[in-house]
Amino acid sequence: MTTTTAPPPTAGPEPERDERVGQHARLGAILRRPEVGALVAALLIFFYFAFSTTAFAQPSGASTWIFTSSSFAIMAVAVGLLMIGGEFDLSAGAMTGTTGLITGIMMTHWQINVWVSVVTSLVVALAIGFLNGFLVMKTGVPSFIVTLGTFFVLRGVNLAVVKQIINQVSVVDFQSAPGFEAGNKLFGSFVRWDLGWLPWVSLPNSKNLTIYAATWWAIGFVILATWILQRTRAGNWIFAVGGAQQSSRQVGVPVFRTKIGLFMTTAFAGWIVGMLSLFKSTTAQSTTGIGAEFIYIICAVVGGCLLTGGYGSAIGAALGALIYGMVGQGIVYAGWDSDWLYAVLGVMLLGAVMVNNWVKTRAERVR
Amino acid sequence: MTESEQLTSGAAQSSQEDEVEALRSGPPLPPPGTAIIEVRDIGKSYGSVIALREVTTTVNAGEVTCVLGDNGAGKSTFIKILAGAHAHSDGEFLVDGEKRRFSSPREALALGIATVYQDLAVVPLMPVWRNFFLGSEITKGWGPFRRLDIAKMKAITKSELAAMGIDLRDVEQPIGTLSGGERQCVAIARAVYFGARVLILDEPTAALGVRQSGVVLKYVAKARDRGLGVIFISHNPHHAWPVGDRFMLLRRGRSMGNFPKAEMTLDELVQMMAGGAELEQLSHELARQLPDSEVARELESDVAESHRGSETPAQSDETDEVSESSRP
Repeated sequence: MTTTTAPPPTAGPEPERDERVGQHARLGAILRRPEVGALVAALLIFFYFAFSTTAFAQPSGASTWIFTSSSFAIMAVAVGLLMIGGEFDLSAGAMTGTTGLITGIMMTHWQINVWVSVVTSLVVALAIGFLNGFLVMKTGVPSFIVTLGTFFVLRGVNLAVVKQIINQVSVVDFQSAPGFEAGNKLFGSFVRWDLGWLPWVSLPNSKNLTIYAATWWAIGFVILATWILQRTRAGNWIFAVGGAQQSSRQVGVPVFRTKIGLFMTTAFAGWIVGMLSLFKSTTAQSTTGIGAEFIYIICAVVGGCLLTGGYGSAIGAALGALIYGMVGQGIVYAGWDSDWLYAVLGVMLLGAVMVNNWVKTRAERVR
Repeated sequence: MTESEQLTSGAAQSSQEDEVEALRSGPPLPPPGTAIIEVRDIGKSYGSVIALREVTTTVNAGEVTCVLGDNGAGKSTFIKILAGAHAHSDGEFLVDGEKRRFSSPREALALGIATVYQDLAVVPLMPVWRNFFLGSEITKGWGPFRRLDIAKMKAITKSELAAMGIDLRDVEQPIGTLSGGERQCVAIARAVYFGARVLILDEPTAALGVRQSGVVLKYVAKARDRGLGVIFISHNPHHAWPVGDRFMLLRRGRSMGNFPKAEMTLDELVQMMAGGAELEQLSHELARQLPDSEVARELESDVAESHRGSETPAQSDETDEVSESSRP
């Protein structure tokens, strides 16, 4: 029997802290979280517009940007997951249009049951998501190209097929379709709170805060995505396939399944947003969602997701969407030309990419 | 094998062994010296290109089989066959005496044949513990609440690495922050923990400095002493010699022979690997073209030295030292 001179391995149920890991390393660990930058930026932007404009922080004014942020957050979280998994989806924006059009036309033009219509568009969305993933994985063509193709196909179909069926490019009179009320409970309803007691509410007609169903869906989506990313095997695999696909395959991670799942998740999110926008605005247009695909990517990047994959967070992507919603509405309230939004987005994207790269380099360096 | 039994019978070690045993997915380890893998006249051709032909060797439990060869000698093809990445086209491949033909790496893994690739199959941005359990995560809970058992995985990572003699500050640090040798050791520890009976190491010392290489060789010896069969692929005979029990040389897709350590010396090995005649010619050519060059002179003395045979005290001293430390 030999005795070892080395200290016994620290194998307790409670992971012990090594004495070489200082207390300030804990703070460092928090600051290294991918979403911290977005959180700071969101707070700064909120306070800037809250103090520089009158409408921004009023309950009724806030209702607008909370709604916009919510529907963008759902997409940004899904696109963020996909980016952590190392892929892009440019068809995500057009998907919100396609699903809305399918359900809208089925209900108004053919008077089909609301739930059948809603589920049909879901099935179509998931099929397109599967096809995206399948093509990317089987052909090895970058997802940027594959989904660019899907995007143009959807864009064309949204116009051509819809014109063929209803002789116009948008679904109208949706609120009078049978079953609208039932579907509206799930996707278009809202709660209104009287926040007149808040000290800064100055105008009597701005005291109501309206929260649409989109916000609850978004919150649920963020919580679910965070749980999956941080606490499940699937989350581990998402980080792994985005960080090093070949290595993941070698250790037995089901790369194909994980990536297909991610593309289908993005399509699923597109379906949710399609339904939310259809039932809230009671219309769907052939051009709905076109151009938004890059906004989702920007939101995810601003939220700390690396363009190269393997790093990021769902909360961060949602914060990115919040920033987008706040800036978009804040610019309007501040009386600027709303086209400035795009310039601001561009600057934010570049800034975020640089910060992300810096964080990544730091994370890879020996501390 | 009495030394190795002593090594594994330490109190801390044996509880470790139990835990490893409980998690082993493959068949149990046979007693040291038993052949786990045998290949007979194995070959592989890609269309009209013959990448490997007539290779014969064995891998025994508790022994290290070294596969040596220069770039393009067919080493990667050989390990790909053993690891299940490619199926062989000729010859016989036996695992535990049974004929096998793998169609995926998972099949090889199920039989306890684990490969540590040159790129180590790690995800640099992910924490050490997530990398350690990647693809084989421990979960708790049921149904939609099935979740990663993070505390347990961290504790096991820490203790498994400690058992291999790697003391990490923090298993939460990204694996990209570790040194090359440390990463290699994490990869070896991972394969050992997940029930590898045969460990295939693809050029583990290729990108490492002298000291780091020594550390990795120590872990190779440690895995061997745990009773695993090890296949050590290298183009450096000086790294292979101290830990190897058997040497198989590949050149241009052919086996140059399969020798137990007792049957040859390091210098014979070096000479065979370099292809004595070729080396000689190269040295003449260099001497003609660059008569004053340092390289040419060195090469010439190398050739002369290898002609003298086994009387090179400087080299054998150095390697003895490593092999001493690798066999406690």
